[in-house]
Amino acid sequence: MSDLANLSITDAASGLRAGEFTSVDLLDAVTERAAVTEAHLHAYLTLDKDGARLAAEEADASLARGVDLGPLHGIPIALKDNMCTLGLETTAGSQILTGWKPPYDGTAVARLRSSGAVITGKTNLDEFAMGSSTENSAYGESRNPWDTDRVPGGSSGGSAVTTAVGSSFGSFGSDTGGSIRQPAALCGIVGMKPTYGIVSRYGLIAFASSLDQIGPFARSVADSATLLGAIAGWDRFDATSINAPVPNFAGSLDAGVVGLKIGIVTELIGEGIDPQIIAATRATADKLADAGAEIIEVSMPSTEYALSAYYLIAPAECSANLARFDGVRYGHRSSVEGTTEDMMAHSRAEGFGPEVIRRILLGTYALSAGYYDAFYGQAQKVRTLVRRDFASAYETLDVLISPTTPTTAFPIGDKTADPIAMYYSDVCTIPSNLAGDPAISVPVGLDEGGLPIGFQIMAPSLGEEVMYRVAAEVERLVDFTARPALATSEVTAP
Amino acid sequence: MTDWEAVIGIETHVELSTNSKMFCSCPTEFGDEPNTAVCPVCLALPGALPVPNEKAIEGIVKIGLALDCEINERSLFYRKNYFYPDLPKNYQISQYTYPVCEHGSLDVDVDGEPTVVGITRVHMEEDTGKSSHIGDGGGRIQDADHTLLDFNRAGVPLVEIVTEPDITSPEQARAYAAELQRIVLALGVSDARLEAGSMRFDANISVRPVGTTELGTRTETKNVNSLRSLQRALAFEIDRQIRVLEEGGRIVQETRHWNEDTGVTTSMRTKEESEDYRYFQDPDLLPLEVTKEWQDEIRATIPELPAKRRRGFLDAGVDVETAGVLADDDDLSRLFRDAVAGGATGRTVGIWLTGEVIAYLRRQEITIADTSLTSGHLVELGSMVDGGDLSSSAAKEVLLAVLEGEGTPGEIADARDLLQVSDTGAIEEAVDAVLAANADAVDKIKSGDMKPFGFLVGQVMRHMGGKADPKVVRSVLEQRTGS
Ligand SMILES: [Zn+2]
Repeated sequence: MSDLANLSITDAASGLRAGEFTSVDLLDAVTERAAVTEAHLHAYLTLDKDGARLAAEEADASLARGVDLGPLHGIPIALKDNMCTLGLETTAGSQILTGWKPPYDGTAVARLRSSGAVITGKTNLDEFAMGSSTENSAYGESRNPWDTDRVPGGSSGGSAVTTAVGSSFGSFGSDTGGSIRQPAALCGIVGMKPTYGIVSRYGLIAFASSLDQIGPFARSVADSATLLGAIAGWDRFDATSINAPVPNFAGSLDAGVVGLKIGIVTELIGEGIDPQIIAATRATADKLADAGAEIIEVSMPSTEYALSAYYLIAPAECSANLARFDGVRYGHRSSVEGTTEDMMAHSRAEGFGPEVIRRILLGTYALSAGYYDAFYGQAQKVRTLVRRDFASAYETLDVLISPTTPTTAFPIGDKTADPIAMYYSDVCTIPSNLAGDPAISVPVGLDEGGLPIGFQIMAPSLGEEVMYRVAAEVERLVDFTARPALATSEVTAP
Repeated sequence: MTDWEAVIGIETHVELSTNSKMFCSCPTEFGDEPNTAVCPVCLALPGALPVPNEKAIEGIVKIGLALDCEINERSLFYRKNYFYPDLPKNYQISQYTYPVCEHGSLDVDVDGEPTVVGITRVHMEEDTGKSSHIGDGGGRIQDADHTLLDFNRAGVPLVEIVTEPDITSPEQARAYAAELQRIVLALGVSDARLEAGSMRFDANISVRPVGTTELGTRTETKNVNSLRSLQRALAFEIDRQIRVLEEGGRIVQETRHWNEDTGVTTSMRTKEESEDYRYFQDPDLLPLEVTKEWQDEIRATIPELPAKRRRGFLDAGVDVETAGVLADDDDLSRLFRDAVAGGATGRTVGIWLTGEVIAYLRRQEITIADTSLTSGHLVELGSMVDGGDLSSSAAKEVLLAVLEGEGTPGEIADARDLLQVSDTGAIEEAVDAVLAANADAVDKIKSGDMKPFGFLVGQVMRHMGGKADPKVVRSVLEQRTGS
């Protein structure tokens, strides 16, 4: 029964409707899988066993009544622990929110519930989504299922791991600078960041508001499109959400790439990128060319400055976004005696971890009088240039391709002492966040050490359909079927 | 001795009386129970996002148009960052560059001397919650045992109106504030209650030697809760600054707190620090679009403003003070206009409305609508006076009876036997009788001594039981005595 946990969402959905198994069976399968893998991987912060069981039973009952809520009906899905869930502890990976139970569901969560999805629990992350390895979680790091001495990537590492090993059928994360695509690449699954504004941020605990987007992890491109479809669309509770028709994400999955013009980004396949990853990227590009696409090498000079701009803009926004965590209304309150001001300062100092404090300080500095123009102002100019570079590339090209990450999964502890080296993990993914465009990472092979390599496809704003079209073709061409050893029912808890 | 002049700019905060808050759907009306009109957004729970209230935008555009501002078709929301327990997000959503309205002006008048006060900007922001400091410190935060917070007011739409430093006296400042309050009330966008804090003034004050152009160091005075205290606080602060400078001291740039009871301002912030609010554009909010079309729609809903209304009343013949009183009251304004349009004399109707009628309404604690007074009554009453049928003192009696609902002026005057005789025949008879009985007086008048004339008028009036029209009596007397 346990191998049910490895089914795709597409197959699970048709099996449910054919009466081969129930939603409760699917939930049992992922729960049993988690019971084994969690001790190795620590992907979940909260497993909502009772809530999930009720939801699965309700899903079975309503399907039996003939009520079909669509492709996610009865499917167990995991959520990153920065997505607010009514009554279910939501910590953002931080001590400052230990025990906090939101009085509301975020929009994406509410949409998942109304599409019949069964929410299994909340997954580990770098504190407030700040990090690229999940090592910054206040509740201990998650581990990579392909090699438990290595990081799963981050910040949405926990979600990526659950989907990679079958302790969820799919999951959601948030991507501010690569926090979905990078862990997807490191864990050998599909991870995508939607066009900014296509998914409501209402109920997503903000890191950097102008960059954050919720997006799905899946084991197939088709599943990814299904998951995104359930949460996308205008929301009156998010003023930045786009009030326009949602693209047909799965509309062209079988259309192939004949006649498509695909740009490979020069700056992202050179210095600083692992040669094995460059080779895998080029090999995949060659396969796309063989399949009928035209591959054109394109220079995007602004991408060299994107990383620096990002590490000013994101901390600046976070310095204000995280100001609300002051111990006054919720969350950790210091017991240090003193004035209200002292209480607020101590609550923050005690509640936030070192990386969060580093970014708040960096952002506060970048916005300060006398420094604003040189730092934040300058970074915004770079952002404009990045947008312009992408816009002009898409005048002639349908999509852009690159590696997702400069390296495969790195050892735990390898970069924790060197923030700059850690920040470099996002060099390939950050430009899409700055541009607000969609991008997806698809696994295309393993390196010599047996670690997955991700391949990134970037598309223009609202270009999800063509992005998924190319991703589906890559999936067919590379036929990546490897699974981590932990993703079977053979393994037992240590 | 140097002559000093004051340079004053005023920042006014106006809470808009929209149904819901600025960035969420919580009500702006709430009772005393704390923290009942709150939601994830205005409590700044993790993950909550602001969505602007369109009605509030209409409100600020109305204020901007009334102040002759340019309305930016595209304006920006900023985050103003500072930590304070009653500010839930620890930043306030406000505006910085590109506020909704800029470059306006307001004409104010002090004792007939007009001044134009420049309006720098009118911008949109959100109100904070309220702190109550409990303990021995008399409400002062530094001495409190603990602090209670009420977030009902947090997120109520707040409009800030900033003037140029064009104001030169406490009297002008008061006139500006009063006129602004009248405008806001006329627009119906706020209840503008100073004592309740829905309209609040902060004044920036500096002084300089007359004839110089360089601005002196300024202080900001807060906590003025009435027009009178604004004027008093400014007068105090101007004197204080002059005294400091004349004693060779220097003015410290600081925020000062006006104490209504002691009548002095005291320093609120001991540290001489310049605040850095680290303004940056709020990434949760798109640029605010106020298209020309929307501006036109809003403009079409703006009622007649107090200044124009007052001008109309002056043109109808009332004095400045009466015009001001009438213009502040919609009911009285309407009655006045309708009566004048019906042929009544503006001056007379103005005196009645701002005299007897207002006094009556206050006494009874009612409004015009609670009485049966109509503009038709005023027209009728006016024509009775003008036609000599009613003395002006009798007219006031009739007016009160109309207010009491006793009937029309004609019915009342009749019933109370107040009508004057202007029938020349009856008056001539009375005059002849009086002249016959006072031959001495007639002789004196004929010899050019007019002193007894008034006496004779009085005698005729008495003869007529007080109901003769004095104008007719005079003219008959003049005719008969040949004067
Ligand atoms: Zn609210």
